[in-house]
Amino acid sequence: MPGTFIEVKVDAATAANPDLARQLRESCPVDIFAQREDGQLRIVEENLDECVLCDLCKKIGPKGAVQVIKLYE
Amino acid sequence: MRFYEYESKALFARHGLPTGAGSLAQTAEQARAAAAQIGGPVVVKSQVLSGGRMKAGAVQFADTPEAAARQFEAVWPIRVNGEQPRAVLVEAKSAVAHEFFASVTWDGRRKLPVLLFSDMGGIDIEEVAAQHPAHLSRTHFSTLLPLTERSAKEAVAAVGISGGDLNRLTPIVLRLAQLFLDCDLTLAEINPLAKLADGSFLALDGHVEMEAEARGAQQALLAELGIGEDETRQARPPTDFEREGARLNAADHRGVAGNVVEFDGDLGLVIGAGGGSLTLFDAVRRHGGRPANYCEIGGNPSVRKTRNLTRLILGKPGVGKIAVMMNVVSNTRVDIVARGVILGCLDAGRDPAEAIAIFRIPGSWEEEGFRILEKYGVEFCDRSVSMFEAAGRAVAKLGGAGA
Ligand code: SF4
Repeated sequence: MPGTFIEVKVDAATAANPDLARQLRESCPVDIFAQREDGQLRIVEENLDECVLCDLCKKIGPKGAVQVIKLYE
Repeated sequence: MRFYEYESKALFARHGLPTGAGSLAQTAEQARAAAAQIGGPVVVKSQVLSGGRMKAGAVQFADTPEAAARQFEAVWPIRVNGEQPRAVLVEAKSAVAHEFFASVTWDGRRKLPVLLFSDMGGIDIEEVAAQHPAHLSRTHFSTLLPLTERSAKEAVAAVGISGGDLNRLTPIVLRLAQLFLDCDLTLAEINPLAKLADGSFLALDGHVEMEAEARGAQQALLAELGIGEDETRQARPPTDFEREGARLNAADHRGVAGNVVEFDGDLGLVIGAGGGSLTLFDAVRRHGGRPANYCEIGGNPSVRKTRNLTRLILGKPGVGKIAVMMNVVSNTRVDIVARGVILGCLDAGRDPAEAIAIFRIPGSWEEEGFRILEKYGVEFCDRSVSMFEAAGRAVAKLGGAGA
């Protein structure tokens, strides 16, 4: 589920990689990424609209693996 | 935050200012015992934060311990401006030869502390300033450097005092000024400052107020005075609306979206930034608007924080619209506030385009913010529209005089 203003998409391979998931969790200043017990990525939907558009997450994983979409454009 | 008289005097005594013997009583028996210990005529004074005790009959005199107990019974039930006394202060009655006035407060225009001194104590200082200006001296001083002895002497001498009185009063005003700086006060006042029949001086009444933001820095002092962390010391207890505002603000450490004060108008205010809240509140009133609340946002509050504050304000009975206005922001992001207020409107079941009378927050990330507002059809403006004008537009939308 996207937020009202922001949607974050992560490709399946990146989301399934515990190391990349950890990097995403640690990079986001507003806790939009978390990890499940098996290490896979979980997007914290209630925090999506807190996204500060810092683009730190976009630097993790293969180019284009993480997309931050502004829903007001 | 205000201090009771007995706390003010405790503070004075710590800083070497002359105070009389006295103790607190919460029963007639305690009042009788206090008077017996003093061993002479006493004054029995209700301890309330609001003024007008004398007029309300909450200050009485007694010559014997039995009379003190009776006066306690008379004073204790009196509500001064609706306020129940915390205790009654029983103090020795002094033989007063003359009354002076000494006060240190903050001059907002000069942005400096100012020492006010008058040889006409015991009455309203505003009245002295208006009717007898030559009897009131004003001496500004620095917050970085203490008031000098020379300046203190000049302040006292300026109202015609000389000789022994000048020498005795100078250290008193010096200490009062130092107390003001040391304890982060906004007011340190002795009125009356009495000259007794033996030529000595005594603080007969004290009025002290501390900057609310200094509570953390002055924790040790407040604990010593027995002032609990939950004591707001405001003129009235917080309303449910204000309590909820404080709870929402405290629930998230990011930025500020709080300091909510309830008023009975119909225009909700989401306002702030570097003194902007006060300016904007005044601007709304100047345009004939009726604010439903005061609040402060700043320090880049999270979307959630602004959202919760907006929902709270829009949920207040009688609120027709909200005005979202700030000074030019640098450390608060326009887009983050825009998201918060829109979500707050949606939470409250309101169309943001209809509920937000005006959005006037120029500054960092404003283009991003304005794109969001545009999408939701909210009227917004940039820094080319003054805060005053924006407030007028908001008032006009609610059918007030406005712009
Ligand atoms: S852009 Fe920044 S705030 Fe937004 S999801 Fe990525 S890391 Fe988090």
